[in-house]
Amino acid sequence: MKKVLIVTWALLGVTLCVNAQKIKGSDTVLPLSEKEAQAFMKNNKGNKVMVTGGGSGVGIAALIEGTTDIAQTSRKIKFSERQKIQNKGKTVKEVIIGYDALAVIINNGNGINQLTKEQLEGIFTGKIKNWKEVGGADLKIIPLARETSSGTYEFFKEKVMENKNYFSGIRSLPATGAIIQSVSQTKGAIAYVGIAYLNNSVKALSISFNNGKSYIKPTEENTKNKLYPIIRPLYYYYLTSSESKVKNFINFVLSFEGQKIVQTVGYISTK
Amino acid sequence: MIKNKTFKSIIEKLIEKVFSISGLLTSILIVFICYFLFKEGIGFFKNSTIENGYGLYVNSKNKNLNLSSQDLKQIFDGNISNWKELNGINKSIEIIRIDDVFSIYSEEEIGENYENLSSKTSELIANKEGSIGFFPIEYEPKGSRVTKLPTNHLKLSDFLRGKEWLPTATPAPLFGVLPLIYGTLLVSFLAILIAVPLGLGVAIYLSELASASQRKIMKPIIELLAGIPSVVYGFFGLVVLSPFVQKIFNLPIGETALTGSLILAIMALPTIISVAEDAMRNTPRSMREASLALGATHWQTIYKVIIPYSKSGIITAIVLGMGRAIGETMAVLMVTGNAAIIPHSIFDSVRTIPATIAAELGEAPSGEAHYQALFLLGCVLFTITMIISIVSELISKKSYKKY
Repeated sequence: MKKVLIVTWALLGVTLCVNAQKIKGSDTVLPLSEKEAQAFMKNNKGNKVMVTGGGSGVGIAALIEGTTDIAQTSRKIKFSERQKIQNKGKTVKEVIIGYDALAVIINNGNGINQLTKEQLEGIFTGKIKNWKEVGGADLKIIPLARETSSGTYEFFKEKVMENKNYFSGIRSLPATGAIIQSVSQTKGAIAYVGIAYLNNSVKALSISFNNGKSYIKPTEENTKNKLYPIIRPLYYYYLTSSESKVKNFINFVLSFEGQKIVQTVGYISTK
Repeated sequence: MIKNKTFKSIIEKLIEKVFSISGLLTSILIVFICYFLFKEGIGFFKNSTIENGYGLYVNSKNKNLNLSSQDLKQIFDGNISNWKELNGINKSIEIIRIDDVFSIYSEEEIGENYENLSSKTSELIANKEGSIGFFPIEYEPKGSRVTKLPTNHLKLSDFLRGKEWLPTATPAPLFGVLPLIYGTLLVSFLAILIAVPLGLGVAIYLSELASASQRKIMKPIIELLAGIPSVVYGFFGLVVLSPFVQKIFNLPIGETALTGSLILAIMALPTIISVAEDAMRNTPRSMREASLALGATHWQTIYKVIIPYSKSGIITAIVLGMGRAIGETMAVLMVTGNAAIIPHSIFDSVRTIPATIAAELGEAPSGEAHYQALFLLGCVLFTITMIISIVSELISKKSYKKY
């Protein structure tokens, strides 16, 4: 019995001594951070990086509470959150580690190929209700959104709908997989998903943010040179006081090798 | 020998004590959970109608304003563009958010620690007669040319009678629970309507008509259905059932209340079948034989003797099935489309209370209005279930009296 106790204490001591950094936050950034952490730990034996999800809001709350070293988010830190950190007498630093693009998807059987920002806003605020109003067939539009708590929901609202609210009673689904499934079997559906999730069962639209002068397709090339307009940065936030602790890892993520991982996961590198 | 006996009685006493303590603990736990649920839920009414820590400010020339949450939503969505429509001055509405202040003024003007932010917000509101500002209270605009709009507490009547559920709308979230209640009731009752005849049919077959070997195979298979995780049912519903419903009824979308009830009916079946079947098989042999001896056919015995005798068991089966249908979360979340609208037909998409709680509780900031609203939804669900079980208790008591 005693032996067991000693061994557990010893193990606990070892894990505490190792320079462990914790990353917490957005589920969008989660797969990327995991891959980065694996590669980083392979190169730097003895360093430990622990990655957990939970959502952007959860990550920043943990940073404020001091239970994580880095908060990974798919949105910019909110004014009120920055305020809370300042109230504790600390300052926060922001690093953009990559970009994610949102593709607007419709059913493969729908003849529409392109939409403007204004048309998208009209559709998701409930003002445009039929595909014939935007040049398509006489078919009811069925917009699908993500759940209200997701970072994707907020991002689309800010970037495309200029902070206007979705119409009340919009259908929403709990996961990206469910959205793609539903769009692929619903003729009038329209929805948005992260570009890494695109596949052949749905059609991605070209989008215009300049009143229809030019439409841009969400191809790899167009997102890489940031021509495609619905694009969002992915962030790491950390406190200046813990800079020395997290610096090595963040430098690795921003290095050539780290940015290559960003691309393999399906996001867009910063360079 | 005597020693052995006292030892035994001590053990028996001990076991008795353990049982009564565990009974006590369970009741305390239930009371504690109810207390927690209602405490968090009632906290909702202490919140003000606009987001915590923020205030709404207009120019002092703009008088006679009495804005409801609904008006605010219309303003910030750009559906109302002139103050005249709301009894205000004849000026077009200009919305200023705190982020806009940062794009109007440079960082130096605002100051590193936002020292001048308050004076900048004052300046903006004072200079523009048609402006409405949505700022944190710490940086509220001051001076004689700025009016702060009064805020109210959230009200029970708005909660129960509201028809819009938009919990993340800024500046004034809308917590109207009516569409969610209708959605939950529609899906659950429809599910029970489908599941009860089917379940009772199978129960009668199993207890009266099936041979022993058939029963031996069927019963474990049906009980196995209860062990499948609900998210699997949900995905089955999304991939198989919803395209099926869409095709059969020629609907624009397959995620409807009907799809949800079909899935719930399938999920409630094992409970209904096994409880009802047990009740029917408990009919005393003497009663069956008496009925047959009087010349009744097998079928007459079933519906004149066995079903009336096992009525209370059948009602229990229905109530248990209903409990499963009303409280079910994941499967419904996947297949009903989750649109917070008051349904007009069974082919509309609906949002149920459990699905709303499951989808939103994870990221609602703890302690704020949205979080507490979800607990209040839990209280509503609790009340609905309680009413149903009380009513069913009364019904089964009545039917007992007859015998």
